[in-house]
Amino acid sequence: MDLFFLAISATFVNNILLAQYLGNCPFLGVSKKLETALGMAMAVVFVTIMAAIFTWSVFSYVLKPYGLEFLQTLSFILIIASLVQLVEIILKKQSRVLYNGLGVYLPLITTNCAVMGVALLVAKKEYNFIEMLVFSSTSAVGYGLALILFAGIRERLVISAVPKSLQGTSIALITAGIMALAFIGFQGMA
Amino acid sequence: MFAPIILLVGIAFVSAIILGIAARVFHVEEDPRIEAVTDLLPGANCGGCGQAGCSSAAEAMVNGVIEVNSCVVGGTETAEAIGTFLGYDVSGAEPTLACSSCEGGYRAARKFTYSGLQDCRAALQLYHGFLRCENGCLGLGSCMRACKFSAITISSETGLPLFDPERCVGCGSCVEACPKGIVKLVGETTKILHWNKYTQCLSPCRQRCPAQINIPKYLSQARRGEFAAALRTIKDNNPLTTATGRVCPELCATECRRTIKDDPLAINAVKRFLSDWERDSGNRQVVQVAADTGKKVAVVGGGPSGLTAAYYLRRLGHQVDIFEQMPKLGGMPLYGIPDYRLSEEQYQWDIDGVLELGVTAHTGVALGKDFTIRSLKAVGFDSIYLALGCWLGRMLPFEGKELEGIYSGIDYLRRFHTEEEIIKGKHYIVIGAGNVAMDCARSALRVGAESVNLLFRFSRDLMEANAHEIVDAENEGVAMHCLVSPMKFIGENGQVTGIQVQDVTLKHNPDGFPDCVPVEGTVRVIPCDIVIQAVGQGADLDTIVEADGLEKTRFSTIDANEETLETNIPGVFAGGDCFSGPRLMIEAIAAGRYAARSIHYYVTTGEIPSIEDRQREMMAPSLVDSLVSVSPVSTAAMKPVIPVEERMGTFMEVEGTITEEQCTTEALRCLNCGIYCYDQDDRSEEQKRISTSCPNEPHIVEKEEERVVA
Repeated sequence: MDLFFLAISATFVNNILLAQYLGNCPFLGVSKKLETALGMAMAVVFVTIMAAIFTWSVFSYVLKPYGLEFLQTLSFILIIASLVQLVEIILKKQSRVLYNGLGVYLPLITTNCAVMGVALLVAKKEYNFIEMLVFSSTSAVGYGLALILFAGIRERLVISAVPKSLQGTSIALITAGIMALAFIGFQGMA
Repeated sequence: MFAPIILLVGIAFVSAIILGIAARVFHVEEDPRIEAVTDLLPGANCGGCGQAGCSSAAEAMVNGVIEVNSCVVGGTETAEAIGTFLGYDVSGAEPTLACSSCEGGYRAARKFTYSGLQDCRAALQLYHGFLRCENGCLGLGSCMRACKFSAITISSETGLPLFDPERCVGCGSCVEACPKGIVKLVGETTKILHWNKYTQCLSPCRQRCPAQINIPKYLSQARRGEFAAALRTIKDNNPLTTATGRVCPELCATECRRTIKDDPLAINAVKRFLSDWERDSGNRQVVQVAADTGKKVAVVGGGPSGLTAAYYLRRLGHQVDIFEQMPKLGGMPLYGIPDYRLSEEQYQWDIDGVLELGVTAHTGVALGKDFTIRSLKAVGFDSIYLALGCWLGRMLPFEGKELEGIYSGIDYLRRFHTEEEIIKGKHYIVIGAGNVAMDCARSALRVGAESVNLLFRFSRDLMEANAHEIVDAENEGVAMHCLVSPMKFIGENGQVTGIQVQDVTLKHNPDGFPDCVPVEGTVRVIPCDIVIQAVGQGADLDTIVEADGLEKTRFSTIDANEETLETNIPGVFAGGDCFSGPRLMIEAIAAGRYAARSIHYYVTTGEIPSIEDRQREMMAPSLVDSLVSVSPVSTAAMKPVIPVEERMGTFMEVEGTITEEQCTTEALRCLNCGIYCYDQDDRSEEQKRISTSCPNEPHIVEKEEERVVA
């Protein structure tokens, strides 16, 4: 039951994008088209889970036993960057289909705050393996959900009457703000 | 103190080793050219080429998915660098430019007044736009804003997008932005391979023309004085403008909506003026020829169909050889049409236009005698187009048919253009009422016939010849005998001296031509010394059928697939008269371009795609059969005609060309009809835009329903 609440909380209530505002750059960058948003969402889900597993292992078995927790940010950056590269290399060889689908987005995620944020949160909250798995996957799904919803709205925004001074990124940020407000509504569920 | 350093260096070291190993183990062989091309690209990752970034663009270029000149940032220099690297001829990469198919704009009637967001995509969401015309341009400028190169402006006069060819790079952003699919990227190849579709906005004249010439477009160019552009528009569909400008029966004009109010546009007179304008200037307008494809096509028959096919195949970049059985190129219009309608010299201008593109012609060689299809294939022709024509004049199988002095129409006319002796007599009988019969009759008068009697089994309204040919023939002194049926030829000493005929009456036949019922007691003999039978022509196929196994129909025409014109021998296509039976010159030209389309696909891809929604019938429901607020203006483009007295004894051209002024004023009369719109010249600008007169709105909807059922 706790895991269920953890999942709900990570997806909706503490949505990594709209409640914690992490991973903002791709949120604005690739949300102009539903199609690209979908690709990005898939890539984020994939990489976040992978990154969480690796960083959790390093944190639990290396950093914590030796009292080196203060190095978590630095080491996580290294790990995630290498991991994404590795995944890209392997995908290119093993699954051309997946590579063509995610390929363009993978390098973009290397420095995605959401991926990093999930890894750091897992470390901070000291989740066990199962909790880590549930938390990272549902966080990533929450991210994808927000991104896809936002892309849908932005597609309509292109052909809506927007005052000239607010066109482009401005209206996108306002929309994101309103969406974040809407997501606060989920806090009643918790 | 050292622990953190060891840890970080350790992680980095381990990662590096893993990545290093992975790069080896999971190495993917990639085309080294992709990397090289990526380096040549500017690296702006703008997506202007339609690919996701420069590296995927490089991959697409290497794989030939996009052209090397697709990079809009790099421009020509980059294109040339990549082209040199990849070994392509950049000049051969065909430039495509954006253009719009809608001519309506403000002329189109409106369903309601729209005051919402000024964007086509937004406007389309409200009851599918505010225009009655489903195809019409909404004119709110989504394409203009989508263009990254400021190549598009919306005309304040017409409400239609104007494309600046100097600025357009053919990136396709506007195509994507247009929610109605009106904006398209068009290159020369697209124009040549295009055939009318029911889904297009087509004016009635353009639907009726067998060659599908974009008539409103060239008329509007002519009225602006852009004669060269107008001529190019015609030559996108018809390379033989001088000849058709003289002999085309103007099927287009029969559909002209002007006829509701006044006279049809003198479309062919304008075409004739344009081609004569070029011919008189002596400077041929340059047309684009695509880079060589390395494919060889043989065209058998140098008539209109063969010349047209050769012209378009050459423009598509194929190497073309024409094989002609007669000593001169030109086919039936050269040998069958008398000089007073179309002279050899005039027609030669058109023929030279084809040859100057780089087409090789071999004359005096006949298929089946001097060479065979097999021998053509053996010397390396990838495809063969048979445009043999119908050179066999049919003869009536009556008693006395072997008598001297009986000739077929083509046999008679041909002699005016060959070394053979011209047939002369005093009293002529011409049987038949097609254009060939009229040509024979009028030619006979010019070489000194005392009387020419034309016999026709049916009533006058069933005569196949062009109306003005019949009138001219009569004016010149041909006696028409309708409802008279020939029975047998009568002769003395082997020479024909008369023809026995009988009057007939017609009985209605629901299946087609009426039956002839003889009237008793009307049998009589008309004396004559020459009989010319212009009762139909067939193709002479026996030797070819024997040599190559070509299949023919029971009407003695070549049996070919109607959709592709391919015969039973792979790679061999047939079109024109030898496939359809004797038809108009413009139909042969249309067949030539259609064959060029099939052959182009055949030699380049091996597969000939069918044309979806190909327009075959007139799109009748789309025609607005009333003209609201169009003031009648009679045509002033009457061709100058020489008097009847001057015509006899000479083959001087009877009709002249209209003047430049007549041409522009005539072109001004064009209503520029679309499906729904036409010029309403008496209305104020305000009224035009809110006009709701559109009785045929359901047209497009019906078409869609039909398609669902099919």
